[in-house]
Amino acid sequence: MTVSTDALFQCLLRLGDNTLILGQRLGEWCGHAPALEEDIALANTALDLMGQTRHWLTLAGEVEGKGRSEDDLAMLRDVWDFRNVLLVEQPNRDYGHTLMRQFLFDHYHLLMLRGLSESADSRLGDIAAKSVKEVTYHAERSAELIIALGDGTEESHMRMQEALDRLFPFAGELFETDAIDEDLAQHGIAPLPSSLRPAFEAQLDIVLAEATLSKPTDSFAHKGGRTGFRHTEHLGHLLASMQWLQRAYPGAQW
Amino acid sequence: MYAQLIKADTTPSENTARAEDFQRRIDAGEKIEPKDWMPEGYRRTLIRQIGQHAHSEIVGQLPEGNWISRAPTLERKTILLAKVQDEAGHGLYLYCAAETLGISRDEMTEMLLDERMKYSSIFNYPTLTWADMGAVGWLVDGAAIMNQVPLQRTSYGPYARAMIRICKEESFHQRQGFDIMNRLANGTEAQKTMAQNALDRFWYPSLMMFGPSDSDSVHSEQNMAWKIKMNGNDELRQKFVDLTVPQAEYLGLKVPDDTLCWNEDKGGYDFAGPDWGEFFDVIKGNGPCNRERLEARRKAWDEGAWVRDGLLAHAEKKARRAAQEAA
Repeated sequence: MTVSTDALFQCLLRLGDNTLILGQRLGEWCGHAPALEEDIALANTALDLMGQTRHWLTLAGEVEGKGRSEDDLAMLRDVWDFRNVLLVEQPNRDYGHTLMRQFLFDHYHLLMLRGLSESADSRLGDIAAKSVKEVTYHAERSAELIIALGDGTEESHMRMQEALDRLFPFAGELFETDAIDEDLAQHGIAPLPSSLRPAFEAQLDIVLAEATLSKPTDSFAHKGGRTGFRHTEHLGHLLASMQWLQRAYPGAQW
Repeated sequence: MYAQLIKADTTPSENTARAEDFQRRIDAGEKIEPKDWMPEGYRRTLIRQIGQHAHSEIVGQLPEGNWISRAPTLERKTILLAKVQDEAGHGLYLYCAAETLGISRDEMTEMLLDERMKYSSIFNYPTLTWADMGAVGWLVDGAAIMNQVPLQRTSYGPYARAMIRICKEESFHQRQGFDIMNRLANGTEAQKTMAQNALDRFWYPSLMMFGPSDSDSVHSEQNMAWKIKMNGNDELRQKFVDLTVPQAEYLGLKVPDDTLCWNEDKGGYDFAGPDWGEFFDVIKGNGPCNRERLEARRKAWDEGAWVRDGLLAHAEKKARRAAQEAA
């Protein structure tokens, strides 16, 4: 028996929406970063994520079979149809929050892509294999910055700890596993998110120790993003600006 | 013309044999390199010009960055993001070129933020619609290329080499701007209106980018002798108009100048100049977005201080630990 079309479609939306929403958030920094090198690096990361988004969402449209393009999916769905985790829709806040959000996501993302690059579905495997190279660099860069700013000045340490405390409750959702994930895993399409957690925690512990930051002890996790059941209020505002032109001028070509 | 009204800094006492020899090298088309002797005025004028150019790239990220979140398709978003990132990269090369003259990037940044140094007047205009991304690429980058292509032959080696890299990317930027305009001009009525409206707002500010008429520009002569400035302002403006008007016609858009007509005798267009009163208002800080632009740069600088300090502190700690381990 093959995997259900809907499970595959949901899987691709989860992948593509994560990179889309995080890429959109990083794009907001353009021209406003703390140093020119950071501005360029963030734009680079955003560009990689947008490139990945285009692959995932194009494939999602093909799998769905209703003729929807990457732009139809990105620009014409409303909040309840988005499948990104809550972590990536969190606002940029200060640079510390932006980096911490990136660090948490990158390390999950890398593990997920490594698993996906061995997918029984070569369409997913090919996109993941290409993305792994980019995300390996993202993960190295964000870990280095977390370490440097955690173990920098008193102020940078305090800000990084605040960012970790604020964002850690959004990390748990990355590893949430439902019937769709089980269906995908059984057919060798994608790894079970819960199976990635031990490696993630191990990497997190190494980096946080070097950064002199303390991992929050409360394991509470916000959820509702990857099922689409309940996003945060931030997503609607992000969509309002991202989708505005397509909504205001239906059917126009750009 | 990301560098406008660059005042030549001349010191008469330098009128020595060395200065004459320096001028002979420039006249012979030699490149001046950072370790070579140069007149103080040449050095200071170049810092002002390259610095202003670098600042323009950085402030120039803002009007286009304004549309990254709202780009209409994922492809357009990606292209715009790459373009604005290129501008940051241009800023970086140019700051490096200026640093070879004995000033640091941080010093130049402070001078931008406390308004001792300027950036191009064009970036004080707002980007109101998606068509402005087309107009900025087509007209603003188009005008910049007019000036920057000859600057690839400028006398100062690091500046000339930076220009060669920058020009390659700028011509891609201009083409993407034209492509946006072309799509809009062939789109729905609303899209055509959007395109015309952008041309109406950006035409004269683009003409201003070349600076006031040469007859009013007192510093041109020395800068041209030094090969820091390669062409006259009016000459470049004419070239820009002659090249751009047929492109507007191809797009089916109207250049907002009722006096515009082809002059057979001179082999170029006669056209109305911009309102120079407005230009000087913008230069003085009274453009539509001067306050917002500087406010955004100051905010990035001030709010980023803890990050820069943190990274520096960590690098120092690491170096100390490495030294201790080695001991």
